[in-house]
Amino acid sequence: MGTAALHADHHDHHGDHQHHKESFISKYVFSMDHKMISKQFLITGIIMGVIGMGMSMLFRLQLAWPDEQFGILEMLLGKWAVDGKLDPNFYMGLVTIHGTIMVFYVLTAGLSGTFSNLLIPLQVGARDMASPFMNMLSYWFFLASSIVLLSSVFIETGPASGGWTVYPPLSALEKAMPGSGLGMTLWLSAIALFIISSLLGGINYISTVLNMRTKGMSMNRMPLTIWAFFFTAILGVLSFPVLLGAALFLIFDRSFGTSFYLSDIYLEGVGALENIGGSPVLYQHLFWFLGHPEVYIILMPALGITSEVISTNARKPIFGYTAMIISLMGISFLSFIVWGHHMFITGMNPFLGSVFMILTLIIAVPSAVKAFNYLTTLWKGNLRFTPAMLFSIGLVSFFISGGLTGIYLGNAAMDIQLHDSYFVVAHFHLVMGSAAIFGMFAGIYHWFPRMYGRMMNKPLGYFHFWFTFVAAYLVFFPMHFMGLAGVPRRYYQFTLVKEFEVWMDVNVLITVAALVGGFAQLFFLFNFFYSIFKGKKSVQNPWQSNSLEWSAPVERIHGNWPGAIPEVYRGPYEYSRPDREEDFFPQYIADDNSPEVLVPEGETVVPAAKDPEEVESSVFFAAIKRVFGLS
Amino acid sequence: MANQIQTTYENQPMWAGGRSPFNVSYGKLMMWIFLLSDAFTFSSLLVQYGAQRFSNVQTAVTSKWPDPASIFNHFPMMHGLHLPLLFVSVMTFILILSSVTMVLAVEAGHRNSKKEVQRYMIYTILGGAAFLGCQAWEWYTFIHEGARLDGNTFGITKEGYSHLKSVGFGDHFEWEAGDRSNGPVPFAALFFIVTGFHGFHVFSGVVINVVVYIMTVRGVFERRGHYEMIEKAGLYWHFVDLVWVFVFTFFYLI
Repeated sequence: MGTAALHADHHDHHGDHQHHKESFISKYVFSMDHKMISKQFLITGIIMGVIGMGMSMLFRLQLAWPDEQFGILEMLLGKWAVDGKLDPNFYMGLVTIHGTIMVFYVLTAGLSGTFSNLLIPLQVGARDMASPFMNMLSYWFFLASSIVLLSSVFIETGPASGGWTVYPPLSALEKAMPGSGLGMTLWLSAIALFIISSLLGGINYISTVLNMRTKGMSMNRMPLTIWAFFFTAILGVLSFPVLLGAALFLIFDRSFGTSFYLSDIYLEGVGALENIGGSPVLYQHLFWFLGHPEVYIILMPALGITSEVISTNARKPIFGYTAMIISLMGISFLSFIVWGHHMFITGMNPFLGSVFMILTLIIAVPSAVKAFNYLTTLWKGNLRFTPAMLFSIGLVSFFISGGLTGIYLGNAAMDIQLHDSYFVVAHFHLVMGSAAIFGMFAGIYHWFPRMYGRMMNKPLGYFHFWFTFVAAYLVFFPMHFMGLAGVPRRYYQFTLVKEFEVWMDVNVLITVAALVGGFAQLFFLFNFFYSIFKGKKSVQNPWQSNSLEWSAPVERIHGNWPGAIPEVYRGPYEYSRPDREEDFFPQYIADDNSPEVLVPEGETVVPAAKDPEEVESSVFFAAIKRVFGLS
Repeated sequence: MANQIQTTYENQPMWAGGRSPFNVSYGKLMMWIFLLSDAFTFSSLLVQYGAQRFSNVQTAVTSKWPDPASIFNHFPMMHGLHLPLLFVSVMTFILILSSVTMVLAVEAGHRNSKKEVQRYMIYTILGGAAFLGCQAWEWYTFIHEGARLDGNTFGITKEGYSHLKSVGFGDHFEWEAGDRSNGPVPFAALFFIVTGFHGFHVFSGVVINVVVYIMTVRGVFERRGHYEMIEKAGLYWHFVDLVWVFVFTFFYLI
């Protein structure tokens, strides 16, 4: 059989690879080993994260002390901060690039690129990704994209400044603002490269999960991390192309004189431009068709990581394994049909608005299922407060407190008041910003031994967690009240608006908290890079975890397992089984006397064909018959 | 060792791991996923078209949409004749024929018949190249007639004008046969972008087919023992044809 032979080829290929002597270039630079690529993604993501966070601290300085002069800013930024005062146009650029970096480069590529690459082959039992070459390309496109984006900060007209959503006409007309010139072109090029990278990665992740699971690793024995990465990849593969379409039209509008998004615009009081017939709202539709799934592309890997970390460190099976999968599925499906809730104020038909509103509010159901399942998993567990566990619990906290305000914003009537205010900033920074970055930290602390064979320092991890956690709430919680009072986002200087002057004290508090939170990341950076070289050597399974990645030796070899790939005998969350001496029971340990707890065996392996009579007499058919008066 | 997956391949239950649940190689699976993704790209382009064409049926722009049959009525070497949509029908026919020869190539690949695979791949490549040539001529004529990305000189249909008149828009100008003013601007731009994006796909498809053809001639697949690469190229080629059916319907028929 042709396909079977192909499989054998493929695996042999990887088997051979272990024995090759690798050069520096093929091992560290153009690596095709998923573990090395995941490290490349992680370190690039961390660098981008530091830059994005640094930008946010710069504009927080401006918001807290608008009249102060910071000599250091002029030293750092030159003509963008003449006399130590941030230039308004550069302020807009900082806000835009901060958003772009955090959303796409840190929390999409940095998070899902790192952990999908690391964990998918290791946790499903594969020697590498389905296509290691495409995997390598995915990283290099991502790096090229990062470089293009960062280069836009160094050009004379400054980076793209229309907000991370780059709505036309602001982004389409070069004359609209300085950042809409070359900076915007670079932004669009960077995003196009990013989409290619994300597509190459996503296609790989999906086919690896579907095709390359080891024997016994049925879909309902996969760790929830893999389920989360799987759905994330599907969302990415289906929604990023639409952004490509949107960007394509924008590029044509900007450079080739078309008017897809432009219509009847007056600039500086002078009559309309040449453009007629387009509609800027259409860009918003196309953008948010990506934009909303993107929120879940960011959040779902973090949720998957949290499931794994919480179950391991509570020494309990995850509560509601199937419910977790179904809720991920529900969130993924719903995320495609709710994009209109970003556009309630575009003059949308109120009826359509209410449809989007209802669909949006339905997302609260699967999200609540997840939140409650985390809490019930923690309930009466033997909690081990490792740094990863703390960050996971932190994620649950942010997910709940940020999710609650989502119910306000999803409501069309409320949103018209709250749109583009600090309430929105607070909402999404808690629910997808802080929550996702906490998931990422949890993943790093948890799988650091798997990546580098060493442990990260625990006390430093605790410091890092508490400072970051408290700082994040101090930064984002007060913003809710500012937003409710009508303070709009992206304003340069609140002292210029009399009504907003009362909020200056709050702004100072937020900025101080942001600075403290920012400096707390130094604990992490030091811990991370120090531990790579000098950390305590790790044992093979430091967290006494069940899943397959810990069955591989501490030495990281190309091909993951020196001998045969281990087989899988049960689900990933069988902690504290009463019939076992140890409180964990790894997936890869065979024991015929211990049936699987989560799913009874007879049902999963061979689903018995139901005979037609039985089907007809089922309750469902009985109900249908009764409805149609057949019985 | 690594073949453990393969040895248990046949008798494993569908989804229990250790085998592909769809009995396909990872490469083919990837192609399917990519095509799904590409379908969304084309959808976003066609949605853009639909939104500009149909969203506000009552406005001047949409009801002034020119009648495609009166614009695409040229045929090479038959200058001056009114042959609506004849040329584009020929193009479509060529593309669909090339899909048929692609199917034949895939089928020949299943029989490991190198010679037939070569023959049908040549036909497919020729079909694709002919389509691209036709498209170039179509674009050339269209541009020659005055179509530009930032403008439109195709005026408005008589029905469109009488509709405009009935809703009070057409008062400031009179319609006469051959009038080429007041056309909707996005018409030509959308045509160029969507058919151009499709043409780019056909072009990549032809390149892929040429590469696959060369690999066939050099006996790569013969040594490999199977012609699966032809199938993968075929999937892509059929997808490109399928998309053309939609593009054709939207731009020429509606």
